Amino acid sequence: MSEARKVLLLPIIKNNPIALQILGICSALAVTTSLNVTLVMCVALTAVTAFSNLFISSIRNFIPSSIRIIVQMTIIASLVIVVDQILKAYAYDVSKQLSVFVGLIITNCIVMGRAEAYAMANPPVPSFLDGIGNGLGYSLVLIFVATIRELFGAGKLFGIEILPLVNDGGWYVPNGLLLLPPSAFFIIAGFIWLLRTSQKDQVEGAEFKIAKNVNKEAL
Amino acid sequence: MAKNKDSISYVFTVAFAVCLVCAVIVATAAVSLRPLQIKNKEVDFKQNILAAAGLLEEGKTVEEMFEQVETRLVNIETGQFSSEFDIDTFDPVKATKDPKITEKLDAKVDIASIKRREKYTEVYIVRDAAGDIDTLVLPIRGYGLWSTLWGFIALEEDFNTVVGLGFYSHAETPGLGGEVDNPKWKSQWPGKKVVNDSGELALTVTKGGQADTTSPYDVDGLSGATLTTNGVNNLVHFWLGDNGFKPLLDNLKAGGA
Repeated sequence: MSEARKVLLLPIIKNNPIALQILGICSALAVTTSLNVTLVMCVALTAVTAFSNLFISSIRNFIPSSIRIIVQMTIIASLVIVVDQILKAYAYDVSKQLSVFVGLIITNCIVMGRAEAYAMANPPVPSFLDGIGNGLGYSLVLIFVATIRELFGAGKLFGIEILPLVNDGGWYVPNGLLLLPPSAFFIIAGFIWLLRTSQKDQVEGAEFKIAKNVNKEAL
Repeated sequence: MAKNKDSISYVFTVAFAVCLVCAVIVATAAVSLRPLQIKNKEVDFKQNILAAAGLLEEGKTVEEMFEQVETRLVNIETGQFSSEFDIDTFDPVKATKDPKITEKLDAKVDIASIKRREKYTEVYIVRDAAGDIDTLVLPIRGYGLWSTLWGFIALEEDFNTVVGLGFYSHAETPGLGGEVDNPKWKSQWPGKKVVNDSGELALTVTKGGQADTTSPYDVDGLSGATLTTNGVNNLVHFWLGDNGFKPLLDNLKAGGA
């Protein structure tokens, strides 16, 4: 695999920001109740991560290390505000549903994490690709979670009815828990479990071993 | 590039340059997109008025459909139409926070928990071919479980029969209180009566599943969302009551405002 492809594709499965790096869980809980909203959030986050990586990487040699986090935050915050403004102008309905969560991309650990871990040490083009790759990895998990939550929580996909709800005269009794944020924890955990079952090298070593039960002979 | 990357003057120069560039980018985006954003907000607001009045049609823009709607300024206290402010520049949402035209409500009458009520607001009128009022759309708001619900209620020409009700902004629990947006729940409202034969306010949102379906005054609440349901009941009572639009409705019933 070429270097560029590696940077772009590795974060999707092998080094997924949510599942392996455990970054950016917060918004995965909040904006995954419907696929429409989730997709916009994914595009917004991917754009912000990619461009913040690009800009930070292009000026990385000029940033004094004592204020590097502040400089990164300033660039990220500006990008997020621009994205928020664009959404309000061109995708008003979705931006109403996303409300504060677009603004909260600023605090999304993925953006900051990639800027600090990758963009500060690598040239602009690979950094840009790294941002897109991590955005896609984040998107993969969010879309997985949102599909399950919207389908079984509201009986719909992209707002189109798939399972007719009892409330509307159908047969499906929706699972209300899935519309509340905690359900995303279970689904993300399930995702991580699936991923680590197929990618065994992602399983972390146990931090401690549970001592064996004392058996009768020992007494 | 300065030799010493940690010297104070260098740190300040970089910080200043980054801030300047970022500020210019943010300001450009904000200023250039502002007209579009304001328009979006207006269209959204109008769309909700049309939805409450049951006037939404496929294939027409909101602006086209809104042409048939007449906007009038109302003095809530006297129940008269007013020309105190210019209707084109009056902002009914801003008016709810303007200390000059709002007044504090006594806790006893403030059943919708809105704390302050404005003296002037906008109502929306659709007229029939003869020029008489066909549909009257009133703005309503009040506290549910987590948030203030903002919406409209539309009444027929008898100023007593509900045409529709809808909320355009709230933050109730999705799937529970958020079901106030459910079309099936909203479809209960058309045809309900506001006051009974003896002139008392009778329109009530009951606890989920307890509405008398034969009654023209009962609307079934949302099961699993008792506090949101109570909130809707309270805000409808407040805005159709003495401190809300009752003076206006009385005037209109008597023949004019």
